Amino acid sequence: MNLNFLEFEQPIAELEAKIEELRFVSSDTEINISEEIARLQEKSQQLTETIFSKLSPSQIAQLARHPQRPYTLDYIKNIFTDFEELCGDRNFADDPAIVGGIARLDGKPVMVIGQQKGRDTNEKVRRNFGMPRPEGYRKSMRLMKTAERFKLPIFTFIDTPGAYPGIDAEERGQSEAIARSLFVMVQLKTPIMCTVIGEGGSGGALAIGVGDRTAMLQYSTYSVISPEGCSSILWKSTDNVADAANAMGITSGRLKELGLIDDVISEPLGGAHRDLEAVSNSIKSTLLESMALFESTSLEKLLEQRYERLMQYGNYSDT
Amino acid sequence: MSWLKKLLPSKIRTEGGSKKVPEGLWSKCLKCGAVLYRAELERNFDVCPKCDYHMRIPGRRRLEAFLDENPREEIGAGLEPVDILKFRDLKKYKDRINAAQKETDEKDALISIMGQVKSVPLVAAAFEFRFMGGSMGSVVGEKFVRSVNVALEHHIPFVCFSASGGARMQEALFSLMQMAKTSAALTRLSKKGIPFISVLTDPTMGGVSASLAMLGDVNMAEPNALIGFAGPRVIEQTVRQTLPEGFQRSEFLLAHGAVDMIVDRRELRDRIANILTILTHRSAL
Repeated sequence: MNLNFLEFEQPIAELEAKIEELRFVSSDTEINISEEIARLQEKSQQLTETIFSKLSPSQIAQLARHPQRPYTLDYIKNIFTDFEELCGDRNFADDPAIVGGIARLDGKPVMVIGQQKGRDTNEKVRRNFGMPRPEGYRKSMRLMKTAERFKLPIFTFIDTPGAYPGIDAEERGQSEAIARSLFVMVQLKTPIMCTVIGEGGSGGALAIGVGDRTAMLQYSTYSVISPEGCSSILWKSTDNVADAANAMGITSGRLKELGLIDDVISEPLGGAHRDLEAVSNSIKSTLLESMALFESTSLEKLLEQRYERLMQYGNYSDT
Repeated sequence: MSWLKKLLPSKIRTEGGSKKVPEGLWSKCLKCGAVLYRAELERNFDVCPKCDYHMRIPGRRRLEAFLDENPREEIGAGLEPVDILKFRDLKKYKDRINAAQKETDEKDALISIMGQVKSVPLVAAAFEFRFMGGSMGSVVGEKFVRSVNVALEHHIPFVCFSASGGARMQEALFSLMQMAKTSAALTRLSKKGIPFISVLTDPTMGGVSASLAMLGDVNMAEPNALIGFAGPRVIEQTVRQTLPEGFQRSEFLLAHGAVDMIVDRRELRDRIANILTILTHRSAL
């Protein structure tokens, strides 16, 4: 099994393997190899299109966690310039599961903050698989206040399985750190745009997710609990992950329908990891659109709209 | 069955091990096992008179015990949940709502009343844990916001008693957004200098703990309440360590600086009234 491909992509992987094999066949054989390769490549393309045209929510959840999926720092590098990372919460530690700093977007000064997962085993551990501890949220709040002071719009990138379920995180007031982040973001006097790039996992995601606009990459997810967690609590079994993913409506398309997010950013065929440059460009144009929108709205109005938007969330009857 | 019982003719055997207590008349303390007369226990705010164990208490009864008898005006009594996702796990969300409404006689998991405590006017809300684990969905969020708005309108303090497992999974991302919604409302109280007292009771976990419950100008906890973000079992499975003694209990939170004080339920009226008169510059009671 090719690890660069997910289970549901294996038919594509097999075709790609064949193409690779053909490339190594010596050129003096009589059959026209390049023609055969072109034929197979077209077939692979069609197969990918077919598979990706009908992905289930749980397959999308796998793509959102793809080991090769671009992370926050990849996007910072590809979308922004002049990035200066700012570290630490000034109280306890620097949490590498959240990164942030000042940079330029299309020449304009901005603040960028996002959860960061690790690529290799060492980095995965160092960044705690993108699960922030309280000092991560406190760093993020500190940077947000810096942004407010220097009138920098904030762009956040959400990509976390969730807050860290650890003893130390609870000791240092995980609940308060998340709650305080929400409290700060609601009234922060600078525009905030949030983009879900991978996993938007519960409170850990929301802690950098309150703002004026929310976008999601096509194959990212955003949910109150992971499909695995939901399956084990509500179905009392680990076998109902797909059912849980379906029931919760965790995908960009569904959440846009429900009015919970503003934009869906299309990904290249096969997912963001197949073409980092293309997906970076798509994200950048969405961020620039938002920036233009922010510039044309007074801060007072922006804050009023931010508040009203939050008040509208929810469904109930009133008799 | 013991040999002695077998010897007895079946006619005089009693059913089961112990005599069944008529329901509602007697209660047993979950900690010390003392058998307590229900009416007396209720007079004692559901705190065991023998060992001071704080039992969980229905939200409405809590408010009735907390507030002065008059005046009282309920807020958002008509709010009811709607299942727009048509959520279904082992049961339909709709059926879970119906069952919870029957069991608790409440429409959802938050009850809110404008009233007075020792003549100090305020808005008080309490979670009903028996209603789907006190989980926060759209109705809880909306009722919380309306309570804050009433407090703003009358310029009176707001007190909230939390008892919740967290966000309501059956409302998916809508429930996560209630964390932001309730926290947003609290920013308005804060800007107007109106006190918000958060009382964390057993249990206050997940999305409720990580939003409204931790944002009090004063956070107080009842003794021995379980308070935290991640559940202890999830943490144990993740870190594969035995959790320290008293982990995520009120006393642990006090020691780690997350709450201001631990208050015995029987003293809540006096302590909250005292704190509110100081914060609002009223004369002492």
